[in-house]
Amino acid sequence: MIAETVMRLHGLVRKEMKQILRDPSAILIAFMLPVVLMVVNGFGISFDARHMKLAIVASAPDEQVRGLAEALAASPYLDPRVIADMREAQAALARGDILGILVVREDFGRTLRARRGSPAPIGLDINATDPNQARLLEGYVSGAVASWLGGEAGERRLHAASVDLQHRFWFNSELRSADAIVPGVIALVMTMSGTLLTALIVAREWERGTMESMLASPASMAELIAAKLGCYFVLGIGSMSVSVAMAVWLFDLPFRGSVLALLPAGALFLMFALGLGLFISTLARNQFVASQVAFLTTLLPAMMLSGMLFDIASMPHWLQIITYAVPARYLVSILQTVFLAGDVWPLLLPNLAGLAVSAIIAVAATLAVTRRRLD
Amino acid sequence: MSEALARVAGLGYSYGADVALRDISAEIRPGVITGLVGPDGAGKTTLLRLLAGLLRPSAGQIEVLGHNMRTDAAAAHADIGYMPQRFGLYEDLSVAENLDLFADLHGLAAGVRAERSAHLLHFTGLGPFTARLAGLLSGGMKQKLGLACALLGRPKLLLLDEPSVGVDPASRRELWSIVAAMLAEGMDDGMGVVWATAYQDEAGRCDDVLLLHEGVLITHAAPAAFLAPLQGRVFRLTSDSHDPSGAERRVATRQASADPAVLDAVVEGATVRIVLRRDAAAPQAADLGGSSLLAVAPRFEDGFIDAIAADSTPPSVATWVPAQVRPTEAAAAVIEVRDLLRKFGTFTAVNRVSFSVQPGEIFGLLGPNGAGKSTIFRMLCGLLRPTSGLAQVAGMDLLRAPAEARARIGYMAQRFSLYGELSVVENLRFFARTYGLGRAARAAAIAQALQRFELADNANTTAGALPLGVKQRLALAAALLHGPDILFLDEPTSGVDPLARRAFWARIGTLADAGVAILVTSHFMDEAEYCDRLGIIDGGHLIAVDTPAALRERVRSADLPDPTLEDAFIALVGQQDKAVAA
Repeated sequence: MIAETVMRLHGLVRKEMKQILRDPSAILIAFMLPVVLMVVNGFGISFDARHMKLAIVASAPDEQVRGLAEALAASPYLDPRVIADMREAQAALARGDILGILVVREDFGRTLRARRGSPAPIGLDINATDPNQARLLEGYVSGAVASWLGGEAGERRLHAASVDLQHRFWFNSELRSADAIVPGVIALVMTMSGTLLTALIVAREWERGTMESMLASPASMAELIAAKLGCYFVLGIGSMSVSVAMAVWLFDLPFRGSVLALLPAGALFLMFALGLGLFISTLARNQFVASQVAFLTTLLPAMMLSGMLFDIASMPHWLQIITYAVPARYLVSILQTVFLAGDVWPLLLPNLAGLAVSAIIAVAATLAVTRRRLD
Repeated sequence: MSEALARVAGLGYSYGADVALRDISAEIRPGVITGLVGPDGAGKTTLLRLLAGLLRPSAGQIEVLGHNMRTDAAAAHADIGYMPQRFGLYEDLSVAENLDLFADLHGLAAGVRAERSAHLLHFTGLGPFTARLAGLLSGGMKQKLGLACALLGRPKLLLLDEPSVGVDPASRRELWSIVAAMLAEGMDDGMGVVWATAYQDEAGRCDDVLLLHEGVLITHAAPAAFLAPLQGRVFRLTSDSHDPSGAERRVATRQASADPAVLDAVVEGATVRIVLRRDAAAPQAADLGGSSLLAVAPRFEDGFIDAIAADSTPPSVATWVPAQVRPTEAAAAVIEVRDLLRKFGTFTAVNRVSFSVQPGEIFGLLGPNGAGKSTIFRMLCGLLRPTSGLAQVAGMDLLRAPAEARARIGYMAQRFSLYGELSVVENLRFFARTYGLGRAARAAAIAQALQRFELADNANTTAGALPLGVKQRLALAAALLHGPDILFLDEPTSGVDPLARRAFWARIGTLADAGVAILVTSHFMDEAEYCDRLGIIDGGHLIAVDTPAALRERVRSADLPDPTLEDAFIALVGQQDKAVAA
């Protein structure tokens, strides 16, 4: 009995492997798609703002104004130029040529030199079409102004601000978008190679009638599912490895955690993704419908609600609750932790538990619908 | 008699609200081939799936090899060989790998496996092709491989779901003899075969037949017993006229079927085959419009017609005359194909084919799947560019022709190509608009179509929910809405029951009489019989073009005194192969 099961599993696995090797689409989805997705998303999506163009409008460009302009130009994030006419600057802002206007009044230098302690106002107009970028510009400009002022104060023994704020960004000290995006892309890749690939492959078996002859053979449903899941599990781990390798070597992400934490997360998530793929294809039995459903139920949530693109904490409360039903959210959280922070087990364990529950639900649902029947 | 292999009692099955089978009670005996016969939608596949334990019955009892299939289907699987309609092969695995997979699934030990594989490969003639991918095999070879896979486990019950659809007649006969030989081998082990088929001649060769129609078991009998009531009721009506042209055959058929004593009249070469109603006195040949009436042996389809149509009245299509057909200049060919060649890479799909079709003629392209029929069709319809040669319709090349050339053509695809979600009227309205009929013309055309094709009762039914025969009437109505004088039909009656097929061809006949040129492709000999002229096509070559009667005449010999069209087809293809080899 056991010998026969082993023989059947062996036969089914061998068949599956041959099909994978001969079918270019399986290899493409498992290995080429990760590369494409990583490159497109890793390089393409960027929240970084560098060389933001800024106009400095000063009606009396004196020594102080020139000093301020130099200080602003020294920042890698800003690209200032001095414009004499306010109207010209406003037109440039409207055209989108510049992002902001720094207005320095005629009496700026005088007020500053007056030592009377009354503040010297500077105006900053910002194009806030992209609020994120507007806030960044505001931060960089005030930072640059503050540090210039500190220097001036030291030089002239002025009473400058007595607090010197020194900030350090943790986990992503250079504030690189790739560091935040790439772990999310890995989750996206695993969703693709897991759910989409399985859904397509199994739906094809239904379409071509091979599933029917398998079901009529002595092989049991459990054997058929085990062989399928086993093979695509290996393929999924393969595409995960490709993605992680690209993250580390191509995008220079730190890998502060350990493989020991990464593997169980990947394995549990794959169990969920493969189970869902089987579930979808068993109900759809048609490659077109299966791929559409797989796309809608896994890819979109994985992009929108996993914390990959949009911060979950800043979502409305009801949407935050919904994200708990998106297993990709747990994986993204684990990946970000493992890559950027390290093996922070108090953070990893609840997310691993979330993944485990998702995997159990997906596999149980699959077993429930794939009875050994066509009806 | 030995113990039955399978026993069903009061068996029923429904797909949701659709009842596929109702109240079937029968036994499958060992040692024989049991034919499961009926048109598409009769419930053959459902019954086979129930026997294979793939479906759970909605009602009744089913017991296979001593196991109750409701609860214990898994136990029976080891002894069931099942070949689904689409072969169930992995196309990206080779012949040997497919066999290996099934051997693994059946848990065959290495020695047994090698011996059985070798035996089956030898039997099926697949020995030289073990390394070839299954997807690259011809239809006939795929079917043999599917059979070999189903036989590997030495099943006690072999279930074959229409194994012979779409393959060439020679392979079809070969398959039959392979199954018969395997049955003879397995007979001592109590093996039995269930063979589902829509082919009436295969049904006639079975030892036992279950005749299904619309989910109901009509008859369960040996063909001989089934045909016994028809003895003395089947005749062949010949006419003295030596012009077996289409119009005359159709007139004779119509005249004969109008006689109250005649149950069924159908063209067969230059003659008309006639089945009399029960207890009807034999009419005089002259009354039927012929010169002599010769008694012939009944065949399976006669019995089928007798069983399902005994009380029906002849179809009313005899009075139906198409109105919108434009007069055409006599005798000028409206479809002209000359030296037509089409290559796909190095593969020649159509090899220097020439033929022409006159107005009022039904021309059939007859050949197995993959022979090149569809490729010729697509070139004529302007969907595919010929590599070289001429494919003209109404004197125009449809690839370049303006829409007005297309307006002269009606096209009815093999698959139901209407919108299943739209109602009958909505479909007709859509097609009328596509062909640019104005508001008034549209309303008139739709009203006529509803009446002529007997669709008025179903006018607001969703097209997808119609029975196959009605769908097909709707498809024809849609193809004819704009009054084309050229009609393309792609396997128009494959799988429909004999009554619906007769009604369909009666309509096509009246169209031809009105001057419409009709081009048909088919691999069904039954359809070919209705054509005025046939082009036999195989491997991209047009082997012969002639009337059905003349094609029969070509192969008549002492061994084959009364050849069927299928005999003619096999013989002509065989001659061609020899000529190519020489």
